[in-house]
Amino acid sequence: MKKNIREAARVIRSKNAGPFELTFDVILSDEKWYDYFISHDILNREKICEIFKIQPERILSIVHFKPANAIKFTIKRERVSGAPGETDIYGAQQHAPLLDLEFEYTE
Amino acid sequence: MVESKEFRVLSPTAILGYGFPEASFQRGLNRNPHLIAVDAGSTDPGPYYLGIGKSFTDRAFVKRDLRYLLKAGVEKKIPVVIGSAGGAGASSHLRWCQEIIEEIATEEKLSFKLGIIPADVEKKKVLSALSRDKISPLKYVHELTPVHVKESTAIVAQMGIAPLQQALEKGCDVVLAGRSYDPAVFAALPVMLGYDPGLALHMGKILECAAIASTPGSGADCALGILKSDSFVLEPLNPKRRFTTESAAAHTLYEKDDPYHLPGPGGVLDLTDCKFKQVDSSRVEIRGTRFVPSEKPNVKLEGARLVAYRSISIAGTRDPIMIKNIDKIIGEVREQIDEMMSRDKVEGDIYFHIYGKNGVMGEMEPLDFSQTSSHELGIIIEALGPTQDKADTLCSITRSTLLHYGYENRIATAGNLAFPFSPSDSSLGKVFEFSIYHLLELEEDEAEIFPCEVKEINCN
Repeated sequence: MKKNIREAARVIRSKNAGPFELTFDVILSDEKWYDYFISHDILNREKICEIFKIQPERILSIVHFKPANAIKFTIKRERVSGAPGETDIYGAQQHAPLLDLEFEYTE
Repeated sequence: MVESKEFRVLSPTAILGYGFPEASFQRGLNRNPHLIAVDAGSTDPGPYYLGIGKSFTDRAFVKRDLRYLLKAGVEKKIPVVIGSAGGAGASSHLRWCQEIIEEIATEEKLSFKLGIIPADVEKKKVLSALSRDKISPLKYVHELTPVHVKESTAIVAQMGIAPLQQALEKGCDVVLAGRSYDPAVFAALPVMLGYDPGLALHMGKILECAAIASTPGSGADCALGILKSDSFVLEPLNPKRRFTTESAAAHTLYEKDDPYHLPGPGGVLDLTDCKFKQVDSSRVEIRGTRFVPSEKPNVKLEGARLVAYRSISIAGTRDPIMIKNIDKIIGEVREQIDEMMSRDKVEGDIYFHIYGKNGVMGEMEPLDFSQTSSHELGIIIEALGPTQDKADTLCSITRSTLLHYGYENRIATAGNLAFPFSPSDSSLGKVFEFSIYHLLELEEDEAEIFPCEVKEINCN
């Protein structure tokens, strides 16, 4: 059965981590969903590249943070925050493509 | 070492000038805090504020917040520590904030010892460190050159706890610091009194955003941190909010790339063994965080330099033929402008921000516009030039060219753009970029780069 990530996560957000990096947090609703996402490798490097149409080299890190039931990944910013051509100084509206992520769910 | 004694820290708001409910602040005071601390800064609003020397927060609201802090602090003899004054924390920001503090002291007849700690670093010092290989770029940051340093209009370093402790040791009742590591204002005093630096800094890391780490979160509400010998507790100061293990842990992720290792001045905060425990319905206890001192302590430098002047024109289109062909039309207008620029020697750069297409994500937008097209588009023409006049000229000719451009299959020939405003163009002034975002290896005691001035304020 296909499910949308919105059924499993309570927070999905993006924000600058300093002016040179953009970091994304996916906080799953509970430990069960967190374990499911980790064990099924739902949000991995390939998936992130596919969602954002970026090259894998652009991903600095993917971290699993159990205390918050969170998967966090950080990428190089398209340009340094505020540099000519900027569209999102705070980087707070770059999360949106993640909200359309669908995954295969089996009980 | 401190035994079972508690050290309570009142954090009124996430950024000085964001405001907070008076009732929450009063509840905080009723808990008899040992410290009131607030962080006033961030690089998030971009390089402009550091470069130009202005605050990104509003003066009236900074004064409003400070009035509560100063009155309570002075009357109840609670130290007040303010970091990253004026947002970017350079000397112009620091003096701006100092002026507000002195105004309040006069109006409220307050007397206290004010410690002022500038965070500016002289270019001479940076150049010398650069030539001796004592400066390294952070991840993804350019190599620093002497040109970056010379062209920067402001250079600050993020101070850690030592310079703040120096001011507190001198008996300052109120400490106003330039650019500071966010948690430092919360941790300086308790660490000076013998509390564990790992726990104090981690508590500061959460309190610097005040009630953002509670649920429902808010950047404009107070929170209390209770530091003990081997743990700390987070307590909301508004009955509407609760701290939960999830909300506290989730906050640790915020704006950082690695939640387990948080580097700062003098060392790294290691959260590998950190445990979050729900104490009651609204309070969370955290333990296990360790501070690991660096072998080579460093401070982070931040600098901004002027790169251009900006002029913009805001418009929209509702024409389906224009919308369908927007990329082609913009490309053709761009070519025409390029020709005009080289013919008439107009310097600068043009950016088209097309809302309804990819105005928010730019080149990162993964959706294909031809599959998703909107019924209307917002268009911001952004012109950058070496002077304001040149930026204005470029904006003006781009706007008039796009307005009257006879694109293929055009049916509406009166004008391609809807302008909400007259004048249609605005001069936005100077444009800055982050020129320095590097680590400076410390060769001296941290407190030496951040000297503290003490000023007696007597307004009784």
